Amino acid sequence: MKKLINSPDRVLDDALVGVAAAHPSLTVNTFDRYIARAGGPTPGKVGLVSGGGSGHEPLHGGFVGLGMLDAACPGEVFTSPVPDQILAATRAVDVGTGVLHIVKNYTGDVLNFQLAAELAADDGVRVEGVVVNDDVAVENSTWTAGRRGTGATVFVEKIAGAAAELGADLGTTAALGREVNDRSRSFGVALTPCTVPASGKPGFELGEDEVELGVGIHGEPGRARGRLTSARELVAVALDAIHTDMPLSGEVLVMVNGLGGTPLIELYVVYAAVAEWLAGHGVGITRNLVGNYVTSLEMAGCTITVCRLTPQLTHLWDAPVVTPALRWGR
Amino acid sequence: MDASMFRAWIHEAARSVTENADRLTRLDSAVGDADHGINMRRGLQAAAAMLEETNPSTPGAVLAIVGRALISKTGGASGPLYGTGFRQAARTLGQEPDVSTAQLGAALAAALTGIQRIGAALEGDKTMIDALSPAVTAYQAVIDTGGDLAKATRAASDAAEWGLKQTAGMQARKGRASYLGARTIGHEDPGAASTVLILSALAHVSSAGERCAGGYQ
Repeated sequence: MKKLINSPDRVLDDALVGVAAAHPSLTVNTFDRYIARAGGPTPGKVGLVSGGGSGHEPLHGGFVGLGMLDAACPGEVFTSPVPDQILAATRAVDVGTGVLHIVKNYTGDVLNFQLAAELAADDGVRVEGVVVNDDVAVENSTWTAGRRGTGATVFVEKIAGAAAELGADLGTTAALGREVNDRSRSFGVALTPCTVPASGKPGFELGEDEVELGVGIHGEPGRARGRLTSARELVAVALDAIHTDMPLSGEVLVMVNGLGGTPLIELYVVYAAVAEWLAGHGVGITRNLVGNYVTSLEMAGCTITVCRLTPQLTHLWDAPVVTPALRWGR
Repeated sequence: MDASMFRAWIHEAARSVTENADRLTRLDSAVGDADHGINMRRGLQAAAAMLEETNPSTPGAVLAIVGRALISKTGGASGPLYGTGFRQAARTLGQEPDVSTAQLGAALAAALTGIQRIGAALEGDKTMIDALSPAVTAYQAVIDTGGDLAKATRAASDAAEWGLKQTAGMQARKGRASYLGARTIGHEDPGAASTVLILSALAHVSSAGERCAGGYQ
Protein backbone atom coordinates (compact mmCIF):
# COMPACT_ATOMS: atom_id res chain seq x y z
CA MET A 1 0.00 0.00 0.00
CA LYS A 2 1.42 3.37 -1.06
CA LYS A 3 -0.52 6.25 0.46
CA LEU A 4 0.19 9.72 1.83
CA ILE A 5 -0.79 8.95 5.40
CA ASN A 6 0.85 9.13 8.82
CA SER A 7 -0.69 5.97 10.23
CA PRO A 8 -3.51 3.72 8.96
CA ASP A 9 -5.44 4.17 12.23
CA ARG A 10 -5.36 7.97 12.17
CA VAL A 11 -6.34 8.76 8.58
CA LEU A 12 -9.74 10.23 9.44
CA ASP A 13 -8.51 12.23 12.45
CA ASP A 14 -5.60 13.68 10.48
CA ALA A 15 -7.84 14.48 7.50
CA LEU A 16 -10.33 16.29 9.74
CA VAL A 17 -7.53 18.48 11.09
CA GLY A 18 -6.68 19.28 7.46
CA VAL A 19 -10.27 20.08 6.57
CA ALA A 20 -10.50 22.47 9.51
CA ALA A 21 -7.24 24.17 8.53
CA ALA A 22 -8.12 24.43 4.83
CA HIS A 23 -11.66 25.78 5.14
CA PRO A 24 -12.33 28.70 7.48
CA SER A 25 -15.97 28.56 6.35
CA LEU A 26 -16.29 25.22 8.15
CA THR A 27 -16.05 24.23 11.77
CA VAL A 28 -14.83 20.73 12.53
CA ASN A 29 -15.79 19.04 15.76
CA THR A 30 -12.98 16.50 16.09
CA PHE A 31 -14.41 14.98 19.29
CA ASP A 32 -17.90 14.18 18.01
CA ARG A 33 -16.55 13.99 14.45
CA TYR A 34 -18.76 16.22 12.39
CA ILE A 35 -18.20 19.11 9.99
CA ALA A 36 -20.58 22.08 10.18
CA ARG A 37 -20.91 25.63 8.92
CA ALA A 38 -18.59 27.96 10.82
CA GLY A 39 -21.27 30.54 11.55
CA GLY A 40 -23.50 28.05 13.35
CA PRO A 41 -27.03 27.14 12.30
CA THR A 42 -29.18 29.67 10.45
CA PRO A 43 -32.13 30.86 12.56
CA GLY A 44 -35.49 29.66 11.21
CA LYS A 45 -33.94 27.30 8.66
CA VAL A 46 -34.44 23.53 8.45
CA GLY A 47 -31.11 21.79 9.15
CA LEU A 48 -29.64 19.33 6.65
CA VAL A 49 -27.34 16.58 7.87
CA SER A 50 -25.75 13.92 5.74
CA GLY A 51 -22.92 11.50 6.25
CA GLY A 52 -21.44 8.18 5.39
CA GLY A 53 -18.14 6.41 5.19
CA SER A 54 -15.04 8.50 4.51
CA GLY A 55 -13.07 7.99 1.32
CA HIS A 56 -15.74 9.61 -0.88
CA GLU A 57 -14.47 13.19 -0.63
CA PRO A 58 -15.68 15.78 -1.36
CA LEU A 59 -18.86 13.92 -0.29
CA HIS A 60 -20.11 14.90 2.31
CA GLY A 61 -18.00 17.48 4.15
CA GLY A 62 -17.21 19.30 0.90
CA PHE A 63 -20.89 20.07 0.47
CA VAL A 64 -21.36 21.85 3.79
CA GLY A 65 -22.14 25.53 3.36
CA LEU A 66 -24.66 28.05 2.16
CA GLY A 67 -27.35 26.47 0.00
CA MET A 68 -26.44 22.88 0.79
CA LEU A 69 -25.69 20.95 4.00
CA ASP A 70 -25.51 22.29 7.55
CA ALA A 71 -23.43 19.38 8.80
CA ALA A 72 -21.79 16.19 7.60
CA CYS A 73 -20.77 13.11 9.62
CA PRO A 74 -17.77 11.26 8.21
CA GLY A 75 -17.48 7.66 9.36
CA GLU A 76 -14.26 5.67 9.27
CA VAL A 77 -13.10 4.90 5.73
CA PHE A 78 -15.95 3.13 3.90
CA THR A 79 -17.76 2.64 7.24
CA SER A 80 -20.94 4.44 8.19
CA PRO A 81 -20.82 7.03 10.98
CA VAL A 82 -22.08 5.94 14.40
CA PRO A 83 -25.31 7.23 16.00
CA ASP A 84 -23.42 9.39 18.55
CA GLN A 85 -21.87 11.42 15.74
CA ILE A 86 -25.10 11.82 13.84
CA LEU A 87 -26.99 12.76 17.01
CA ALA A 88 -24.38 15.39 17.94
CA ALA A 89 -24.53 16.93 14.45
CA THR A 90 -28.34 16.82 14.43
CA ARG A 91 -28.53 18.61 17.79
CA ALA A 92 -25.93 21.16 16.66
CA VAL A 93 -27.90 22.24 13.58
CA ASP A 94 -31.43 22.16 14.97
CA VAL A 95 -32.91 25.58 15.62
CA GLY A 96 -36.37 24.21 16.34
CA THR A 97 -37.45 23.90 12.72
CA GLY A 98 -36.38 20.27 12.40
CA VAL A 99 -33.57 18.40 10.68
CA LEU A 100 -33.47 16.45 7.43
CA HIS A 101 -31.19 13.41 7.28
CA ILE A 102 -29.95 12.57 3.79
CA VAL A 103 -28.87 8.93 3.84
CA LYS A 104 -27.43 6.72 1.13
CA ASN A 105 -29.08 3.34 0.97
CA TYR A 106 -26.47 1.11 2.56
CA THR A 107 -27.53 -1.11 5.45
CA GLY A 108 -25.01 0.42 7.87
CA ASP A 109 -25.84 4.01 6.99
CA VAL A 110 -29.58 3.40 7.23
CA LEU A 111 -29.35 1.59 10.60
CA ASN A 112 -27.06 4.18 12.21
CA PHE A 113 -29.10 7.16 10.99
CA GLN A 114 -32.27 5.39 12.12
CA LEU A 115 -30.89 4.91 15.65
CA ALA A 116 -29.71 8.56 15.71
CA ALA A 117 -33.12 9.80 14.52
CA GLU A 118 -34.81 7.85 17.34
CA LEU A 119 -32.42 9.34 19.91
CA ALA A 120 -32.95 12.85 18.48
CA ALA A 121 -36.72 12.37 18.64
CA ASP A 122 -36.33 11.47 22.34
CA ASP A 123 -34.70 14.89 22.75
CA GLY A 124 -37.63 16.56 21.00
CA VAL A 125 -35.86 17.23 17.69
CA ARG A 126 -38.07 16.67 14.64
CA VAL A 127 -36.19 14.54 12.11
CA GLU A 128 -37.17 13.38 8.65
CA GLY A 129 -35.07 11.23 6.37
CA VAL A 130 -34.52 10.89 2.65
CA VAL A 131 -32.94 7.59 1.65
CA VAL A 132 -31.11 7.92 -1.67
CA ASN A 133 -31.24 4.78 -3.83
CA ASP A 134 -30.36 5.70 -7.39
CA ASP A 135 -28.08 2.87 -8.48
CA VAL A 136 -29.71 0.86 -11.27
CA ALA A 137 -26.83 -1.63 -11.31
CA VAL A 138 -28.54 -3.57 -8.56
CA GLU A 139 -30.74 -6.15 -10.20
CA ASN A 140 -33.58 -8.10 -8.69
CA SER A 141 -34.01 -5.72 -5.80
CA THR A 142 -36.61 -7.86 -4.00
CA TRP A 143 -33.72 -10.11 -3.04
CA THR A 144 -31.24 -7.43 -2.09
CA ALA A 145 -31.05 -4.71 0.52
CA GLY A 146 -32.43 -2.44 -2.18
CA ARG A 147 -30.58 -0.15 -4.52
CA ARG A 148 -27.46 1.62 -3.36
CA GLY A 149 -27.29 5.37 -2.98
CA THR A 150 -24.56 6.92 -5.10
CA GLY A 151 -24.24 10.08 -7.24
CA ALA A 152 -27.80 11.32 -6.84
CA THR A 153 -26.86 12.15 -3.24
CA VAL A 154 -25.17 15.31 -4.57
CA PHE A 155 -28.36 16.30 -6.42
CA VAL A 156 -30.54 15.66 -3.36
CA GLU A 157 -28.22 17.61 -1.07
CA LYS A 158 -28.01 20.57 -3.48
CA ILE A 159 -31.70 20.84 -4.32
CA ALA A 160 -33.07 20.15 -0.83
CA GLY A 161 -30.38 22.49 0.53
CA ALA A 162 -31.51 25.28 -1.79
CA ALA A 163 -35.13 24.78 -0.77
CA ALA A 164 -34.26 24.93 2.93
CA GLU A 165 -32.15 28.05 2.38
CA LEU A 166 -35.17 29.70 0.70
CA GLY A 167 -37.27 28.94 3.76
CA ALA A 168 -39.05 25.68 2.92
CA ASP A 169 -40.31 23.79 5.97
CA LEU A 170 -39.16 20.30 6.96
CA GLY A 171 -41.94 18.42 5.15
CA THR A 172 -41.45 20.38 1.91
CA THR A 173 -37.67 20.02 2.01
CA ALA A 174 -37.95 16.27 2.57
CA ALA A 175 -40.54 15.90 -0.20
CA LEU A 176 -38.26 17.74 -2.64
CA GLY A 177 -35.34 15.52 -1.67
CA ARG A 178 -37.47 12.43 -2.34
CA GLU A 179 -38.64 13.85 -5.66
CA VAL A 180 -35.03 14.38 -6.80
CA ASN A 181 -34.19 10.84 -5.75
CA ASP A 182 -37.22 9.42 -7.58
CA ARG A 183 -36.20 11.23 -10.77
CA SER A 184 -32.50 10.23 -10.62
CA ARG A 185 -30.61 7.10 -11.68
CA SER A 186 -26.92 6.12 -11.66
CA PHE A 187 -24.58 3.48 -13.02
CA GLY A 188 -20.87 3.02 -12.23
CA VAL A 189 -17.91 1.43 -13.99
CA ALA A 190 -14.59 0.58 -12.30
CA LEU A 191 -11.25 0.01 -14.03
CA THR A 192 -9.19 -0.70 -10.90
CA PRO A 193 -9.94 -1.58 -7.27
CA CYS A 194 -8.97 0.63 -4.32
CA THR A 195 -7.29 -0.02 -0.98
CA VAL A 196 -8.82 0.86 2.39
CA PRO A 197 -5.86 2.15 4.48
CA ALA A 198 -6.68 0.04 7.56
CA SER A 199 -6.80 -3.15 5.50
CA GLY A 200 -3.82 -2.38 3.28
CA LYS A 201 -4.98 -4.61 0.43
CA PRO A 202 -7.15 -3.93 -2.63
CA GLY A 203 -10.85 -4.70 -2.04
CA PHE A 204 -11.03 -6.83 -5.19
CA GLU A 205 -8.92 -7.77 -8.19
CA LEU A 206 -9.44 -6.87 -11.82
CA GLY A 207 -7.44 -8.10 -14.81
CA GLU A 208 -5.69 -5.62 -17.11
CA ASP A 209 -8.41 -6.02 -19.76
CA GLU A 210 -11.37 -6.26 -17.36
CA VAL A 211 -13.84 -3.70 -16.01
CA GLU A 212 -16.34 -4.01 -13.20
CA LEU A 213 -19.77 -3.00 -14.49
CA GLY A 214 -22.20 -1.53 -11.99
CA VAL A 215 -19.64 -1.04 -9.26
CA GLY A 216 -20.65 0.58 -5.98
CA ILE A 217 -18.83 3.50 -4.39
CA HIS A 218 -17.37 1.53 -1.48
CA GLY A 219 -15.06 -0.47 -3.67
CA GLU A 220 -17.43 -3.38 -3.54
CA PRO A 221 -17.60 -5.31 -6.80
CA GLY A 222 -20.55 -4.66 -9.05
CA ARG A 223 -23.09 -6.61 -11.06
CA ALA A 224 -20.73 -8.27 -13.56
CA ARG A 225 -17.27 -8.31 -15.07
CA GLY A 226 -16.84 -7.11 -18.63
CA ARG A 227 -14.10 -6.54 -21.18
CA LEU A 228 -12.47 -3.16 -21.33
CA THR A 229 -13.87 -1.53 -24.47
CA SER A 230 -14.15 2.05 -25.69
CA ALA A 231 -15.52 4.81 -23.48
CA ARG A 232 -18.39 5.15 -25.94
CA GLU A 233 -19.37 1.49 -25.50
CA LEU A 234 -19.10 1.63 -21.69
CA VAL A 235 -21.25 4.78 -21.65
CA ALA A 236 -23.84 2.97 -23.77
CA VAL A 237 -23.92 0.08 -21.25
CA ALA A 238 -24.46 2.58 -18.42
CA LEU A 239 -27.08 4.74 -20.15
CA ASP A 240 -28.92 1.74 -21.61
CA ALA A 241 -29.24 0.39 -18.06
CA ILE A 242 -30.50 3.75 -16.80
CA HIS A 243 -32.86 4.26 -19.75
CA THR A 244 -34.32 0.74 -19.38
CA ASP A 245 -35.07 1.48 -15.75
CA MET A 246 -36.30 5.06 -16.15
CA PRO A 247 -37.01 6.11 -19.75
CA LEU A 248 -35.14 9.36 -20.38
CA SER A 249 -36.82 12.28 -22.11
CA GLY A 250 -37.07 16.05 -21.87
CA GLU A 251 -34.41 18.00 -20.01
CA VAL A 252 -31.90 16.39 -17.67
CA LEU A 253 -29.15 17.18 -15.22
CA VAL A 254 -26.12 14.94 -15.83
CA MET A 255 -23.14 14.20 -13.62
CA VAL A 256 -20.07 12.39 -14.91
CA ASN A 257 -18.29 11.65 -11.66
CA GLY A 258 -14.76 10.39 -11.23
CA LEU A 259 -14.19 7.67 -8.64
CA GLY A 260 -10.87 9.15 -7.53
CA GLY A 261 -8.29 7.62 -9.83
CA THR A 262 -9.45 8.87 -13.22
CA PRO A 263 -8.02 12.01 -14.81
CA LEU A 264 -10.37 14.76 -15.88
CA ILE A 265 -9.47 14.27 -19.55
CA GLU A 266 -11.04 10.79 -19.42
CA LEU A 267 -14.13 12.15 -17.68
CA TYR A 268 -14.53 14.61 -20.55
CA VAL A 269 -14.16 11.76 -23.06
CA VAL A 270 -16.98 10.05 -21.15
CA TYR A 271 -19.03 13.25 -21.04
CA ALA A 272 -18.75 13.60 -24.83
CA ALA A 273 -20.11 10.07 -25.21
CA VAL A 274 -22.90 10.80 -22.73
CA ALA A 275 -23.89 13.97 -24.60
CA GLU A 276 -23.83 12.08 -27.91
CA TRP A 277 -25.95 9.22 -26.53
CA LEU A 278 -28.50 11.58 -24.98
CA ALA A 279 -28.74 13.75 -28.11
CA GLY A 280 -29.31 10.57 -30.12
CA HIS A 281 -32.25 9.77 -27.85
CA GLY A 282 -33.72 13.28 -28.06
CA VAL A 283 -32.76 14.19 -24.49
CA GLY A 284 -31.45 17.68 -23.70
CA ILE A 285 -28.77 18.36 -21.10
CA THR A 286 -29.84 21.49 -19.23
CA ARG A 287 -27.20 21.35 -16.48
CA ASN A 288 -24.12 19.22 -15.85
CA LEU A 289 -21.26 18.42 -13.50
CA VAL A 290 -18.02 16.81 -14.65
CA GLY A 291 -15.44 16.06 -11.99
CA ASN A 292 -14.74 14.19 -8.76
CA TYR A 293 -17.74 14.56 -6.45
CA VAL A 294 -18.43 11.09 -5.01
CA THR A 295 -15.10 9.30 -5.06
CA SER A 296 -14.00 5.90 -3.92
CA LEU A 297 -10.44 6.47 -2.68
CA GLU A 298 -8.08 5.91 -5.63
CA MET A 299 -10.41 3.70 -7.66
CA ALA A 300 -10.29 4.39 -11.39
CA GLY A 301 -13.60 4.62 -13.19
CA CYS A 302 -16.68 6.79 -13.13
CA THR A 303 -20.33 6.92 -12.29
CA ILE A 304 -22.95 8.52 -14.51
CA THR A 305 -26.01 10.04 -12.85
CA VAL A 306 -29.01 11.48 -14.65
CA CYS A 307 -31.88 13.46 -13.10
CA ARG A 308 -35.01 14.29 -15.09
CA LEU A 309 -35.50 17.97 -14.31
CA THR A 310 -38.61 20.04 -13.79
CA PRO A 311 -38.52 23.87 -13.97
CA GLN A 312 -38.66 23.98 -10.16
CA LEU A 313 -35.73 21.57 -9.78
CA THR A 314 -33.67 23.54 -12.34
CA HIS A 315 -34.41 26.74 -10.44
CA LEU A 316 -33.29 25.19 -7.15
CA TRP A 317 -30.20 23.67 -8.80
CA ASP A 318 -29.25 27.20 -9.98
CA ALA A 319 -29.74 28.77 -6.54
CA PRO A 320 -26.54 30.08 -4.90
CA VAL A 321 -24.24 27.55 -3.27
CA VAL A 322 -21.02 28.26 -1.37
CA THR A 323 -19.26 25.09 -0.24
CA PRO A 324 -15.69 23.81 -0.67
CA ALA A 325 -16.71 21.58 -3.60
CA LEU A 326 -19.64 23.41 -5.25
CA ARG A 327 -19.78 27.17 -5.58
CA TRP A 328 -21.86 29.35 -7.86
CA GLY A 329 -24.43 32.13 -8.02
CA ARG A 330 -22.74 34.33 -5.49
CA MET B 1 -22.50 -16.84 36.46
CA ASP B 2 -21.67 -13.43 37.78
CA ALA B 3 -20.43 -10.19 36.22
CA SER B 4 -16.80 -11.36 36.26
CA MET B 5 -17.59 -14.24 33.92
CA PHE B 6 -19.39 -11.95 31.49
CA ARG B 7 -16.47 -9.54 31.59
CA ALA B 8 -14.10 -12.44 30.88
CA TRP B 9 -16.32 -13.41 27.94
CA ILE B 10 -16.03 -9.97 26.35
CA HIS B 11 -12.28 -9.76 26.93
CA GLU B 12 -11.87 -13.17 25.32
CA ALA B 13 -14.14 -12.14 22.41
CA ALA B 14 -12.11 -8.95 21.90
CA ARG B 15 -8.86 -10.96 21.94
CA SER B 16 -10.18 -13.56 19.52
CA VAL B 17 -11.66 -10.99 17.10
CA THR B 18 -8.41 -9.01 17.19
CA GLU B 19 -6.45 -12.17 16.40
CA ASN B 20 -8.86 -12.98 13.55
CA ALA B 21 -9.39 -9.44 12.25
CA ASP B 22 -7.47 -10.07 9.04
CA ARG B 23 -9.45 -13.23 8.34
CA LEU B 24 -12.78 -11.42 8.88
CA THR B 25 -11.66 -8.60 6.60
CA ARG B 26 -10.56 -11.13 3.98
CA LEU B 27 -14.00 -12.79 4.10
CA ASP B 28 -15.59 -9.35 3.81
CA SER B 29 -13.46 -8.35 0.83
CA ALA B 30 -14.92 -11.30 -1.08
CA VAL B 31 -18.52 -10.19 -0.58
CA GLY B 32 -18.53 -6.69 0.89
CA ASP B 33 -16.23 -3.75 1.41
CA ALA B 34 -13.40 -5.29 3.38
CA ASP B 35 -13.87 -3.65 6.76
CA HIS B 36 -15.65 -6.17 9.00
CA GLY B 37 -12.50 -7.27 10.86
CA ILE B 38 -11.36 -3.68 11.33
CA ASN B 39 -14.78 -2.57 12.62
CA MET B 40 -15.33 -5.51 14.97
CA ARG B 41 -11.85 -5.17 16.42
CA ARG B 42 -12.44 -1.45 17.05
CA GLY B 43 -15.89 -2.09 18.59
CA LEU B 44 -14.95 -4.99 20.86
CA GLN B 45 -11.73 -3.37 22.03
CA ALA B 46 -13.75 -0.25 22.92
CA ALA B 47 -16.27 -2.47 24.75
CA ALA B 48 -13.50 -4.20 26.72
CA ALA B 49 -11.93 -0.84 27.60
CA MET B 50 -15.27 0.57 28.72
CA LEU B 51 -15.79 -2.44 31.01
CA GLU B 52 -12.41 -1.76 32.64
CA GLU B 53 -13.38 1.86 33.21
CA THR B 54 -16.87 1.31 34.57
CA ASN B 55 -16.50 -2.03 36.35
CA PRO B 56 -20.21 -3.01 36.21
CA SER B 57 -21.39 -5.35 38.95
CA THR B 58 -24.12 -7.42 37.28
CA PRO B 59 -24.16 -9.53 34.09
CA GLY B 60 -26.97 -7.36 32.72
CA ALA B 61 -24.95 -4.18 33.33
CA VAL B 62 -21.92 -5.74 31.61
CA LEU B 63 -23.92 -6.57 28.49
CA ALA B 64 -25.66 -3.16 28.45
CA ILE B 65 -22.26 -1.42 28.43
CA VAL B 66 -21.00 -3.73 25.70
CA GLY B 67 -24.08 -2.98 23.61
CA ARG B 68 -23.64 0.75 24.02
CA ALA B 69 -19.90 0.58 23.20
CA LEU B 70 -20.52 -1.47 20.07
CA ILE B 71 -23.16 0.97 18.80
CA SER B 72 -20.89 3.96 19.56
CA LYS B 73 -17.65 2.65 18.17
CA THR B 74 -18.15 -0.07 15.56
CA GLY B 75 -19.86 1.74 12.69
CA GLY B 76 -21.17 -0.07 9.64
CA ALA B 77 -24.13 -2.39 10.00
CA SER B 78 -22.39 -4.59 12.60
CA GLY B 79 -22.47 -1.84 15.26
CA PRO B 80 -26.25 -1.40 15.44
CA LEU B 81 -26.86 -5.14 14.92
CA TYR B 82 -24.49 -6.53 17.56
CA GLY B 83 -25.15 -3.53 19.81
CA THR B 84 -28.88 -4.16 19.75
CA GLY B 85 -28.27 -7.88 20.37
CA PHE B 86 -26.24 -7.21 23.51
CA ARG B 87 -28.69 -4.58 24.75
CA GLN B 88 -31.67 -6.90 24.33
CA ALA B 89 -29.76 -9.65 26.16
CA ALA B 90 -28.98 -7.17 28.94
CA ARG B 91 -32.63 -6.23 29.26
CA THR B 92 -33.56 -9.90 29.70
CA LEU B 93 -31.01 -10.38 32.49
CA GLY B 94 -32.17 -7.29 34.40
CA GLN B 95 -30.31 -6.52 37.65
CA GLU B 96 -29.75 -10.18 38.62
CA PRO B 97 -26.29 -10.49 40.25
CA ASP B 98 -26.10 -14.18 39.40
CA VAL B 99 -27.47 -15.63 36.19
CA SER B 100 -28.59 -19.22 35.64
CA THR B 101 -27.95 -21.25 32.50
CA ALA B 102 -31.65 -20.92 31.64
CA GLN B 103 -31.47 -17.12 31.97
CA LEU B 104 -28.43 -17.01 29.70
CA GLY B 105 -30.41 -19.06 27.16
CA ALA B 106 -33.24 -16.52 27.32
CA ALA B 107 -30.72 -13.70 26.88
CA LEU B 108 -29.21 -15.33 23.78
CA ALA B 109 -32.70 -15.81 22.36
CA ALA B 110 -33.51 -12.14 23.05
CA ALA B 111 -30.31 -11.09 21.27
CA LEU B 112 -31.36 -13.13 18.24
CA THR B 113 -34.84 -11.59 18.21
CA GLY B 114 -33.45 -8.06 18.56
CA ILE B 115 -30.97 -8.50 15.72
CA GLN B 116 -33.62 -10.04 13.49
CA ARG B 117 -35.98 -7.17 14.21
CA ILE B 118 -33.67 -4.34 13.18
CA GLY B 119 -31.82 -6.24 10.45
CA ALA B 120 -35.00 -7.82 9.05
CA ALA B 121 -32.96 -10.89 8.10
CA LEU B 122 -34.19 -14.48 8.07
CA GLU B 123 -32.25 -17.73 8.18
CA GLY B 124 -30.86 -18.41 4.73
CA ASP B 125 -30.18 -14.75 3.92
CA LYS B 126 -26.44 -15.33 4.53
CA THR B 127 -25.98 -13.15 7.62
CA MET B 128 -24.96 -13.51 11.27
CA ILE B 129 -28.46 -14.92 11.86
CA ASP B 130 -27.38 -18.13 10.10
CA ALA B 131 -24.81 -18.70 12.86
CA LEU B 132 -26.72 -17.23 15.82
CA SER B 133 -30.06 -18.92 15.25
CA PRO B 134 -28.81 -22.55 15.26
CA ALA B 135 -26.61 -21.62 18.23
CA VAL B 136 -29.59 -20.45 20.29
CA THR B 137 -31.49 -23.63 19.41
CA ALA B 138 -28.53 -25.88 20.27
CA TYR B 139 -27.94 -24.12 23.59
CA GLN B 140 -31.59 -24.58 24.57
CA ALA B 141 -31.61 -28.24 23.53
CA VAL B 142 -28.68 -29.02 25.83
CA ILE B 143 -30.23 -27.14 28.77
CA ASP B 144 -33.59 -28.88 28.21
CA THR B 145 -31.93 -32.27 28.48
CA GLY B 146 -30.15 -31.37 31.70
CA GLY B 147 -26.76 -30.38 30.26
CA ASP B 148 -24.55 -27.90 32.05
CA LEU B 149 -23.23 -24.49 30.99
CA ALA B 150 -20.00 -25.76 29.46
CA LYS B 151 -21.85 -28.32 27.32
CA ALA B 152 -24.54 -25.83 26.29
CA THR B 153 -22.13 -23.09 25.26
CA ARG B 154 -19.95 -25.62 23.43
CA ALA B 155 -23.03 -26.88 21.56
CA ALA B 156 -23.95 -23.27 20.71
CA SER B 157 -20.47 -22.54 19.43
CA ASP B 158 -20.39 -25.75 17.35
CA ALA B 159 -23.83 -25.01 15.91
CA ALA B 160 -22.71 -21.50 14.97
CA GLU B 161 -19.65 -22.97 13.25
CA TRP B 162 -21.96 -25.35 11.36
CA GLY B 163 -24.17 -22.40 10.41
CA LEU B 164 -21.15 -20.46 9.19
CA LYS B 165 -20.19 -23.38 6.91
CA GLN B 166 -23.75 -23.39 5.52
CA THR B 167 -23.50 -19.73 4.55
CA ALA B 168 -20.87 -20.62 1.93
CA GLY B 169 -23.60 -22.25 -0.16
CA MET B 170 -26.04 -19.35 0.19
CA GLN B 171 -26.69 -16.30 -1.96
CA ALA B 172 -26.67 -13.08 0.09
CA ARG B 173 -29.95 -11.21 0.31
CA LYS B 174 -29.10 -8.62 2.96
CA GLY B 175 -26.51 -5.91 3.41
CA ARG B 176 -23.84 -4.91 0.99
CA ALA B 177 -23.14 -8.51 -0.03
CA SER B 178 -26.62 -8.74 -1.57
CA TYR B 179 -25.48 -6.55 -4.46
CA LEU B 180 -23.21 -9.31 -5.70
CA GLY B 181 -26.08 -11.76 -6.06
CA ALA B 182 -24.90 -15.20 -7.20
CA ARG B 183 -21.28 -14.10 -6.94
CA THR B 184 -21.53 -14.45 -3.15
CA ILE B 185 -21.99 -18.23 -3.42
CA GLY B 186 -18.85 -20.07 -2.34
CA HIS B 187 -17.84 -17.49 0.29
CA GLU B 188 -18.58 -17.72 4.02
CA ASP B 189 -20.43 -14.75 5.49
CA PRO B 190 -18.17 -12.46 7.56
CA GLY B 191 -20.96 -11.59 10.05
CA ALA B 192 -21.60 -15.28 10.70
CA ALA B 193 -17.84 -15.71 11.17
CA SER B 194 -17.65 -12.99 13.84
CA THR B 195 -20.67 -14.54 15.59
CA VAL B 196 -18.77 -17.83 15.77
CA LEU B 197 -15.81 -16.04 17.39
CA ILE B 198 -18.03 -14.35 20.00
CA LEU B 199 -19.85 -17.59 20.85
CA SER B 200 -16.69 -19.68 20.99
CA ALA B 201 -15.27 -17.06 23.38
CA LEU B 202 -18.33 -17.71 25.57
CA ALA B 203 -17.76 -21.48 25.37
CA HIS B 204 -14.10 -20.96 26.21
CA VAL B 205 -14.71 -18.96 29.39
CA SER B 206 -17.57 -21.26 30.42
CA SER B 207 -15.39 -24.36 30.33
CA ALA B 208 -12.57 -22.44 32.04
CA GLY B 209 -15.11 -21.58 34.75
CA GLU B 210 -15.99 -25.28 35.19
CA ARG B 211 -12.36 -26.15 35.66
CA CYS B 212 -12.16 -23.61 38.47
CA ALA B 213 -14.37 -25.89 40.59
CA GLY B 214 -17.84 -24.51 40.44
CA GLY B 215 -17.41 -20.93 39.46
CA TYR B 216 -15.44 -18.59 37.28
CA GLN B 217 -12.92 -16.68 39.35
